[in-house]
Amino acid sequence: MSAYAGTGHLIRLAVRRDRVQLPIWIIGSAAVLAAGAAAVADEFPAEADRVTALRGAGGSPAVLLMRGAPVGTDIGALVNFRNFAFMMVLAGLMSTFAVVRHTRQNEETGRAEMVGAGAVGRHAGLTAALAVTLGANLLLGAALTGTLLGAKLPADGALAFGAACAAIGMAFAGLAAVAAQLFQSSRAANACAATAVGVAYLVRGIGDALGERAPDGIQVTSNWLSWLSPIGWGMQVRPYGGERWWVLALPVVLLAVCVLGAFALVDRRDLGAGLIPDRPGPATGSRALLSPLGLAWRLHRGSALGWVIGSAAFGVGIGSLGDAVNDAMSGNAGATQLIGQLAGTAAPGLVDVYFAAMMNVFGALAAGFAVQTLLRLRSEEAGGRAEAVLATAVGRVRWVVSHLACAAGGAAAMLVFAGAGAGIADAAVGGDEGVMTLIGAGLAQLPAALTVAGFVLLVFGGLPRLLVTLAWAGLVVSIAFGLLGDVLGLPRQVRDLSPFSHVPSIPAVDATAGPIVALVAVAAVLAAAGMALFRRRDLAP
Amino acid sequence: MTDAISVARLVKTFGRTRALDGLDLVVRTGEVHGFLGPNGAGKTTTIRVLLGLLRADAGQARVLGGDPWQDAVRLHRRLAYVPGDVNLWPNLSGGEAIDLFGDLRGGLDKARRAELVERFHLDPTKRCRTYSKGNRQKVALIAAFASDVELFILDEPTSGLDPLMEAAFQQTVREVSGNGATVLLSSHIFSEVEALCSRVSIIRDGVTVESGTLEELRHLTRTSIAVEASQPISGLAELPGVHDLVADTTRARFDVDPAELPRVLRHLAGFEVHTLTSRPPTLEELFMRHYGDAPAAPEAAAEASR
Repeated sequence: MSAYAGTGHLIRLAVRRDRVQLPIWIIGSAAVLAAGAAAVADEFPAEADRVTALRGAGGSPAVLLMRGAPVGTDIGALVNFRNFAFMMVLAGLMSTFAVVRHTRQNEETGRAEMVGAGAVGRHAGLTAALAVTLGANLLLGAALTGTLLGAKLPADGALAFGAACAAIGMAFAGLAAVAAQLFQSSRAANACAATAVGVAYLVRGIGDALGERAPDGIQVTSNWLSWLSPIGWGMQVRPYGGERWWVLALPVVLLAVCVLGAFALVDRRDLGAGLIPDRPGPATGSRALLSPLGLAWRLHRGSALGWVIGSAAFGVGIGSLGDAVNDAMSGNAGATQLIGQLAGTAAPGLVDVYFAAMMNVFGALAAGFAVQTLLRLRSEEAGGRAEAVLATAVGRVRWVVSHLACAAGGAAAMLVFAGAGAGIADAAVGGDEGVMTLIGAGLAQLPAALTVAGFVLLVFGGLPRLLVTLAWAGLVVSIAFGLLGDVLGLPRQVRDLSPFSHVPSIPAVDATAGPIVALVAVAAVLAAAGMALFRRRDLAP
Repeated sequence: MTDAISVARLVKTFGRTRALDGLDLVVRTGEVHGFLGPNGAGKTTTIRVLLGLLRADAGQARVLGGDPWQDAVRLHRRLAYVPGDVNLWPNLSGGEAIDLFGDLRGGLDKARRAELVERFHLDPTKRCRTYSKGNRQKVALIAAFASDVELFILDEPTSGLDPLMEAAFQQTVREVSGNGATVLLSSHIFSEVEALCSRVSIIRDGVTVESGTLEELRHLTRTSIAVEASQPISGLAELPGVHDLVADTTRARFDVDPAELPRVLRHLAGFEVHTLTSRPPTLEELFMRHYGDAPAAPEAAAEASR
């Protein structure tokens, strides 16, 4: 078994490196679930309330798409409905990043070369990464089960909930292990595996949205599409809805297949290489590359195109459901209220509110793209590449602006294409929202996304070493306070901290210039302050 | 304007570490200036201040007559920099990186670029992620030397190059120097500095300890002498200024302080010397004499400042 020599040492190294990061994922997930369970017990103590809410939800494809298929009317079932899919996404992302961090990232940085030159087997790195991720998933599952037991919910469901999250997390760990073999950069491997999590969520969502409603108007049997998605499998374990334990075999089989495939790939490739060899590049730089903006665009274009295409596709999906929302929800007060809460307004027209809520989601996605893009400033600085550029006749502000332009342009394109996709799909299924209206509704989100971007620049100028943490925290807080503030029952003043709370809910309400101008101004002030700070500070490796 | 770079009493601290502690450096226009010092002495920190990437806490720094922090962009059009650790974008080809750096600096000479790509044997179509350290350095060197600038700031530019490429590098430095450009060369390769540099500065713990032409520095240090005579040599050990004496009856080998050299030679004349070789100290010996027997600087603190 010399291929596995040194695995123990590498496991200890990985645990040492992750001693902060993984506990934060696990404890954070458990805390979110604890809050979610408490909210359900608080808001819907009576069976009758839960039945009303679930009837409304079960009739709305959009809600089914976001949350999943309801499995019953007791408190546990509602906790499942509101939190389960999201918890599996968290488990999937935690596992993806952990596996790539301890495999491809080590190879990319050359650490694996130093380690591999020691008495360490060819399979040790991947084995250690999977072992650590397995441990993290078992702890996560135990923490979630414990949280539900702590909320005095039945043990069977709690165990199914935790076991499903851990099993789905490991299924995505397997996919990430394969992705880490295929791609040469950890960035690409992470993007591929995280996209798999997103696609799994979406495929399950479509399957649930197209599902068949039981005569009681509550339970929904998912369409076969849900069975194509690992997150769909997790939902089919049905915690608190007559647990189906055998479904847990599906993620385990996927994990086994992926792990065998990943080890087969390890045996067939060189250290540091991917499966797709590099083609020779151009011997000279084209005019389009030779400027700070050209360079920034070259660095961001792949991810920008991916996000824009994804937004357009998601927009088409949202748009095609608009008419179904109208049919399903007319005369359904519970769903109207829930959607209205998501949109942050009282409900004038159901479909309008639905589209306004979805555009808010696109605004959050655009902000996520902007954050990811601007974090590149920091990795360029820490990696020494910013030093080489700034030692030429490129000023600091010009360098920052070149990346900011890509972030803002990409975010704007995402929102335009999302709106256009939704508008075109809506028209195709007989809706009458209008393509231009929905493009406008999408673009109305841009100032909020830019405000998040401005915050990222401010931190980059002032606290560069904390940028990654603070930037993502800023995004999560903006989304939690702005998009989910009503659902979470946060007071108005807290919700107002998020830029998304100030975006006019087009097309549910008319566009107003005031908040948009104000958000643009805030974004500009934050960005200008960030650049001023960056001009005054040392480059920080 | 006679000085391309003038630095006086430069101070830069990182937290509690004092990376530069009143450093002085003068590089005259048109010279090739060697910049020496052990790891962590502050060479890279000095260079980063000269490029406006770090801001000095105290002291003065002038580059090409301007302030490196205030006038960074204007000055960078007139200089080219090769970092010690060349980091490139993994998915760009080497040729693209060369053209990019050249263009960001204000354009490069196409014919010169082609000549240098040939001279340094670089395949410009390869992706940067596949380059070794030496090849990444070649990319930065070609991008710098193909630019028409007045000042080259080179931070250990040849640490990854093979001897053939080292020769190509020295040839290229002589060419740009012959065209009137100024070069600041930080290096650990003594033969390279001795071959190229008209003046050198040696720094340690953020302070300049020696500066001048190689001849001036040699004047300050002992000459090595080996001598054979027909008669037994005596009395050397008693002479002032004689060190490290190894002698049998008619042969002796020792170092002597420059001020005492005339007296030592007069003394030797009495023994019918038939062979005498004297050798000035090499740069390496100068350097070792400054650093070799002194207690080592706290490496960890010094490393952190780089």
